[in-house]
Amino acid sequence: MEEKQGRDKIWRVRPEWPFLLFLVFVVAAYLGLLLLMVGANVLTVSWKDAWEILKDPDIQHSIKLTFVTCTATAILSVLVSVPVAYLLSRYQFRGRAFIDTLLDIPILLPPLIVGLSLLILFNRVSPSDCCWMMAGGFLLAAVSGCLWKGKGMVQSVTGGMAVVFGGLALLLSGNESSLEDIASGAGIPMTFHPLGVVLAQFPVAAAFAVRTMRTTFDQISPRYEEVAMTLGCNRGQAFARVVLPLAGKGMVAAGTMAWARALGEFGPILIFAGATRGRTEVLATSVFLEINIGNLPGAAALSLLMILLAVTTLLLVRFFVGRGGAM
Amino acid sequence: MLILEEVSVRVGQFVLPEFSLEIAEGECVALMGPSGCGKTTLMETVCGLRSGMIRGRILLDGVEISGLPPGARGIGLVPQDVALFPTLTVREQLEFGPKLHGWGRREIRERTDGLAEDLGLEKLLNRVPHGLSGGEARRVALGRALALKPRLLCLDEALSGLDEERHDEVLQVIRKMIEREGVTALHVTHSRKEAEAIADRVVVMG
Repeated sequence: MEEKQGRDKIWRVRPEWPFLLFLVFVVAAYLGLLLLMVGANVLTVSWKDAWEILKDPDIQHSIKLTFVTCTATAILSVLVSVPVAYLLSRYQFRGRAFIDTLLDIPILLPPLIVGLSLLILFNRVSPSDCCWMMAGGFLLAAVSGCLWKGKGMVQSVTGGMAVVFGGLALLLSGNESSLEDIASGAGIPMTFHPLGVVLAQFPVAAAFAVRTMRTTFDQISPRYEEVAMTLGCNRGQAFARVVLPLAGKGMVAAGTMAWARALGEFGPILIFAGATRGRTEVLATSVFLEINIGNLPGAAALSLLMILLAVTTLLLVRFFVGRGGAM
Repeated sequence: MLILEEVSVRVGQFVLPEFSLEIAEGECVALMGPSGCGKTTLMETVCGLRSGMIRGRILLDGVEISGLPPGARGIGLVPQDVALFPTLTVREQLEFGPKLHGWGRREIRERTDGLAEDLGLEKLLNRVPHGLSGGEARRVALGRALALKPRLLCLDEALSGLDEERHDEVLQVIRKMIEREGVTALHVTHSRKEAEAIADRVVVMG
């Protein structure tokens, strides 16, 4: 024993410096870029500019509309994502992987295409055309299902839906008005209207909410529902009494994620709802409009406000998801 | 009395070959067999949690239950992972079934208090499952399964994962409760020692 009494030598494993330095360099470069982007906005804006722009009544309307539409989109996204994600998480059926892929399409599509598709759907397509398309889709699903695996429950349901939509298409065949005409007639105009902002934000926001809820339900053991069912619950009661209380945090996380995604939405809103000051302008379009009129400090001030909102939202998501989305 | 008549189940690629079993009223049978032989699949089929029964009949007290939903079969289940509802207190777990079945408030209170006393859960009634020991969680799951006075109690490796001391303690509690409630019981286990300690008869599958 060469150690001197009273002095214990502490052995350390030498870090592999070149590899560690490489990792640190990549992280520093990426984080540096993000921080420099924020810093550039901070340098461009002054308190006076920020105050001036925030006092502008149009911008105040834009901020209010942003909060209202993002909140409406988030609520709508959670309402839709909970049943969709539960179905995909708990049920095994033919075509599940295909539906799962379809649900990711809004995330992958260029945002402008989402807006353009909504614009065409609401203004160039008649209700009977919509029904024909739905009937065709369901018929395709039913026939491909039958050819692939034979007759089954899903094939019967999709076949039935094809018949229903086919019948509706025939009933509506004389009506050549667009969906927008019908919506406007019912007092809920969409295109170039504040409600259109929600519809433009919804497809992508809901896709993110579905992903979050899917993860949440996957983390909840189906055994809880099974035990609840042996105690007298039907599927719906087991879902409402046992699964939903467990999915509370996941639902908040999904809503927050949808809210953040809606906040950043720009392309679909511009195409479908427009960028009319004091009417359909939200924060993302405000930044665009301020740049267009050459007010860079104003645009930078609004950008900082959006960054602040996005970071707060992300921290909230981390808080909820980090503590277990399934609780 | 439980009768399985040549029951065969298909789950994906797995097919459980025809299996017959009779358990007399009040009898406790331990079901053993190698991993993957279909013990849990069979138990879940009896409970109504697995569709895919391709042959045979399941009769409980003379009534065919093969097509009934799980809640209408009169079967209590203690699963391997216990699956206590994380958001409910121990009292709420015990009251879950009786409330669903529309029992009166007084009846529910009497049943819950009686089970809590028998299972030694009086001091835990206001606790949530998080923080309960393995033995305590097993006793709560047993109480929850027995609350509705089922005609059949299914125990799916309900003692796995417990240390020796807790294992023996919970085993005694299960044995005592089966006798006290006079319930017919089907106990799936890997352990021959456990099977012999708890059951009146041991059946080996596969």
